[in-house]
Amino acid sequence: MRKILAAASVVVSVVVASGCSSSDDAASSGPSPTTLNVSAAASLKKTFTAIADEFEKQHPGTTVSLSFDGSSTLANQIKQGAPADVFASADQKNMEKLGEEAVDPKTFATNTLVIVTAPGNPKGITSFADLDKPGVTTVVCQAAQPCGSATATVERDTGVTIDAASEEQSVSAVLTKVTSGQADAGLVYVTDAKGAGDKVATVTDPAFASVVNSYPIATVRDAANEGVAEEFVDAVLSPAGRQIFRQAGFGKP
Amino acid sequence: MIRRPAIPAGLPAWLYLPAALGITLIVLPPIALLAQTPWDTFLDQVGSQSSRQALWLSLRTAAISTLLCVALGVPMAVVFARHDGAVTRLLRSLVLLPLVLPPVVGGIALLYTFGRFGLVGEHLRAIGIDIAFTSAAVVLAQTFVALPFLVISVEGALRVAGTRYEEVAATLGAGPSRTLWRVTLPLVVPSLLAGVVLAFARAMGEFGATITFAGNAPGITQTAPLAIYVAEIDDPQAAIPLSLVLVVVSLIVVVAVHTRRRRSVQEAL
Repeated sequence: MRKILAAASVVVSVVVASGCSSSDDAASSGPSPTTLNVSAAASLKKTFTAIADEFEKQHPGTTVSLSFDGSSTLANQIKQGAPADVFASADQKNMEKLGEEAVDPKTFATNTLVIVTAPGNPKGITSFADLDKPGVTTVVCQAAQPCGSATATVERDTGVTIDAASEEQSVSAVLTKVTSGQADAGLVYVTDAKGAGDKVATVTDPAFASVVNSYPIATVRDAANEGVAEEFVDAVLSPAGRQIFRQAGFGKP
Repeated sequence: MIRRPAIPAGLPAWLYLPAALGITLIVLPPIALLAQTPWDTFLDQVGSQSSRQALWLSLRTAAISTLLCVALGVPMAVVFARHDGAVTRLLRSLVLLPLVLPPVVGGIALLYTFGRFGLVGEHLRAIGIDIAFTSAAVVLAQTFVALPFLVISVEGALRVAGTRYEEVAATLGAGPSRTLWRVTLPLVVPSLLAGVVLAFARAMGEFGATITFAGNAPGITQTAPLAIYVAEIDDPQAAIPLSLVLVVVSLIVVVAVHTRRRRSVQEAL
């Protein structure tokens, strides 16, 4: 029995430890320790991680717990009562899903689509219309995701319908299909293409310029840490935050 | 409760509490799913074009995968059951890997094997076979994850059955092949059927490897679990009817295996 209890306590402590954020020991000099729960679109992973690190430095005792996923998945979770103080979405639609739950959403960045191909663009793709050529395997985002609805808008604007080989669940899945050579071309955001570096070549099309995705951020109504949540939103909207987004390739709000 | 149920000897009463908790944990979620089901639109949603397409694709690919599992798994099981060296033990462990591997990892591994730049895929492509984003990729993913179920079921039964009957058949002048078809395989039919049902169920439920390796194209690679996932993203309510259909399919499978199991155990006794 004692052995079992010992084993159980080890398991419990491991679970507890892994559940906690991996930040260093919060300085005990500050106010009582708080954990701020931030749910953000997957395409914000790099930028929000950088902002959260900076935020923790400036707010001793506060731990920022980041949760990244598709915007619609996160919105559904928050509606189901998942603990979130701040929500940052990759489009307006999923922010609107929260309705009254989202307090005063503000746009903090924009993003546009771009075509990615294998390095050197072996299929010689020069425009959006080229994606529909025979012999070109194209993957896109699934329509419920922001990148998918942006793709659908471009299709409507140009009158070109892409016969996609696969409708992926996220931008990162589209990128993987292209970098692994499964697909000849994919439609992703400018920032994702930038993040992939020299693993992809990019091709842009004039039609992309008018299809701009705005990223709104809001505190969640009745958040556990309302004050800190508002401060985090301010940090995202601050000049320093703006600088981080610009470096990652995001456009101005 | 007026009449207390008699507790069998050697069964401490406190054991019922964790047992009841366990049963609740398993039984409650399907009940919750039933409670959430929008019955007024149930038939419309299950009968919708995308649902029907996905279910039909799932049934077709899972059936082909199961046949492949039998064609590859039974010979493997016979070889493993009749050898006992270190090499065999190592190979058997490797073959069981898909059982414990997270399916998404299996999908990535398949991508680098049969993908366009994969170890095998590259050469397949050279001779004009490109399985990227085809139903063949779905079948490969399903076969990869379901194959161990069949091997385990059949191999276990062969080990239990032993080699007595085969030795007798050999002394009576039957050749190895004839012994296999007439003696060895008939002995393990109940376990083979249990393995077939399990493999089929695993193939029907395959999600991670499929979405990673085969992609998500309605009618071509979008199986029922993928369709449920996609529907869940947009409208959680819309995902429930198809989920319920899969629950029913799974129930049929469990019941089928269970009655089989009992019967084959009785036969063994």
